[in-house]
Amino acid sequence: MSVSRVLRPASRLLSASRPTTALRPAFRPAASLPSIVSSRSYAQPAGTKEMTVREALNEAMAEEMEANPKVFVLGEEVAQYNGAYKVTKGLLDRFGEKRVIDSPITESGFAGLTVGAALAGLVPICEFMTFNFAMQAIDQIINSAAKTHYMSGGIQPCPVVFRGPNGFAAGVAAQHSQDYTAWYGSVPGLKVVSPYSSEDAKGLLKAAIRDPNPVIVLENELLYGLQFPMSEEAQSSDFVIPFGKAKIERPGKDLTMVTLSRCVGQCLVAAEQLKKNHGVETEVINLRSIKPMDVEAIVKSVKKTGHMMVVESGFPSFGVGAEIMALTCEYAFDYLDAPPVRVTGAEVPTPYAQKLEEMSFPTEQLITDYAAKLLRV
Amino acid sequence: MFSRALRKSVFTPVRRNAFAPLARRAVTTDAASSHAENLPEKDEEPFEVQLSDESFETYELDPPSYTLHTTKKELKQMYYDMVAVRRMEMAADRLYKEKKIRGFCHLSTGQEAVAVGIEHGITKQDHVITAYRCHGFALMRGGTVKQIIGELLGRREGIAYGKGGSMHMFAKGFYGGNGIVGAQVPVGAGIAFANQYEGKENVTLALYGDGASNQGQVFEAFNMAKLWSLPVIFGCENNKYGMGTAANRSSAMTEYYKRGQYIPGLKINGMDVLAVKNAVEFGKQWCKEGKGPLVYEFVTYRYGGHSMSDPGTTYRTREEIQRMRSTNDPIAGLKQKLLDWEACTEDELKSIDKEARSMVDAEVAEAEKMEPPEPSPQILFEDVYGRIPEENFYYAKADIPPRSKEDYVTRT
Repeated sequence: MSVSRVLRPASRLLSASRPTTALRPAFRPAASLPSIVSSRSYAQPAGTKEMTVREALNEAMAEEMEANPKVFVLGEEVAQYNGAYKVTKGLLDRFGEKRVIDSPITESGFAGLTVGAALAGLVPICEFMTFNFAMQAIDQIINSAAKTHYMSGGIQPCPVVFRGPNGFAAGVAAQHSQDYTAWYGSVPGLKVVSPYSSEDAKGLLKAAIRDPNPVIVLENELLYGLQFPMSEEAQSSDFVIPFGKAKIERPGKDLTMVTLSRCVGQCLVAAEQLKKNHGVETEVINLRSIKPMDVEAIVKSVKKTGHMMVVESGFPSFGVGAEIMALTCEYAFDYLDAPPVRVTGAEVPTPYAQKLEEMSFPTEQLITDYAAKLLRV
Repeated sequence: MFSRALRKSVFTPVRRNAFAPLARRAVTTDAASSHAENLPEKDEEPFEVQLSDESFETYELDPPSYTLHTTKKELKQMYYDMVAVRRMEMAADRLYKEKKIRGFCHLSTGQEAVAVGIEHGITKQDHVITAYRCHGFALMRGGTVKQIIGELLGRREGIAYGKGGSMHMFAKGFYGGNGIVGAQVPVGAGIAFANQYEGKENVTLALYGDGASNQGQVFEAFNMAKLWSLPVIFGCENNKYGMGTAANRSSAMTEYYKRGQYIPGLKINGMDVLAVKNAVEFGKQWCKEGKGPLVYEFVTYRYGGHSMSDPGTTYRTREEIQRMRSTNDPIAGLKQKLLDWEACTEDELKSIDKEARSMVDAEVAEAEKMEPPEPSPQILFEDVYGRIPEENFYYAKADIPPRSKEDYVTRT
């Protein structure tokens, strides 16, 4: 009996082959993310194929491991178990146990070990089963990985990638359901990205592996099983998404919605509702990268719309929303027609009971309501 | 001390080859306990030295050979190195007291034999990572006194360009200088992991103090190192006090070389540079043969306080410090041996002393003349991300010339 199964119920949730199906009822009846994907009105260009976020992450790692023998994956259950969330599925068979390594359940130790390997010239991909457990290793991530290049006066790089699911997970209570974006986003020396779609996942993870700095890739376990179209370009092994460039997921002229990770999907649903109910055109900006952040894209959009709203699932205090609102006020204050608004997770440790849990995170309805209030429609 | 050393050299004890009886003996911290005779004329010609049978204690391990091969030239170099480290630390002490060095400053006076012995037991292709008491290691790994003192003074030409300070120094094969107690141990295991991954036969020394030995991540590193047979020597520099807490007041079990449980251990007289060198050479060979990690305990002593703000006398007696200084000093110990063995004359030693002293003094003077970094945004923000400050949002405009290739540490 795997110890992790007992200690880490989140892993159990995703042992099903189509985890999202099982999970969807647990978060919200209205939150039909796939419906957004399927209801896209435009025709998909030729050569596009559907791929889950999980497959995209897997492909990104496989391609980079193929291209660079110094790249290896280390983490709990990444090899024989095929990954607690099956993200590393098949990598052991393909690359062997030298490069796909099951670690003991000692986050501080193995995160430190991957940092050391990076200092010595390798390119480690350190998987945390979830970022909740990375708190055990946060000293290694911040003090050993993020600061070394600066402390050495620029002579000692640390090209390590820390990745794993972050943020909201269904029915696992407080210790397994927390968003760490603001934590890592506040550390100079780290780069932090948070993919939403399959293209994001592949392009950002590949860029992270190639980046000479320590990079945190904050994935979301509820997105892993979702399918997104992958353009022909994104299917190529040369595909990378540069950091610091946001993606406009939906153009609009009335309201700027700045968001990231799973909330992008929720914002797209909300934008659709706003259009339907109020005839409002919402511009949805998928940040993709938290650090560096594409402030220019936000400012440009706010200049156009005059209204700004941040949607994220972290705690409200000192959070991503707070930061983006501050930046907007600093750089686009004169273009704002109303004070900016944030929709965030609630300031509570995530509760277990379903109805309470639902109240703890942004919902499409909440986003729509706040947007309508902001626009006075 | 002299009479004791003399007695040892007259009554050479019978060598033991079984390790069982040794395990019951206490490791000495006598710095002058080894023995050699009939030294060759030439400086480069090797000869044998017999280490005292109190140099090592073992745990689940056959002890290293008590016979060491060295040359007069190497002995003199070791002597020079130890004097240089001590002189440099004394200079740092002075500069700190003159308020020219800021913040924390941890000196290794008394522990020189560990840094010097390790360096003489490994090559430049091997790797060392240690905690914040790192000046001696930085010097031995290839830093210069000028760079190290320059760093302490916060100068642009310091070893870390004035960004690291006392606790963070890096060089080829040297990974710092880590200020978080115990954090360098898993990082060291990772360096060893990289060597194993790339099929290199190098050894990595991950050093930590008796204080850090109780950190959880030290045991996490032990576990992975043994599990994956990593070529790493975990070296506990036991200077008897973790800050101001004596080893027996912080550790339920103070035999740190046994702390690896399933990893063979060796306790070493860390005041005898030759014992350290021999142990490290043995460990390097051990790792090269793929036998996995070792846990070493270097028994040593720090003469000064934990850092400059600690007089070092509230938790130990002045007599204890005085006794260690006068009877177990690693430099005086090696000096005594060199004289006893007629490896060199007193005059020669004096000239080595003088040479080391004038080298340190000259470089310290140069370091003092160096400029601090220009307080400009470019310099403040460079190196947060690669050489590209543009990526740091809070600093958007910069035009920083690329640094020349030689400035980077190349990890081969």
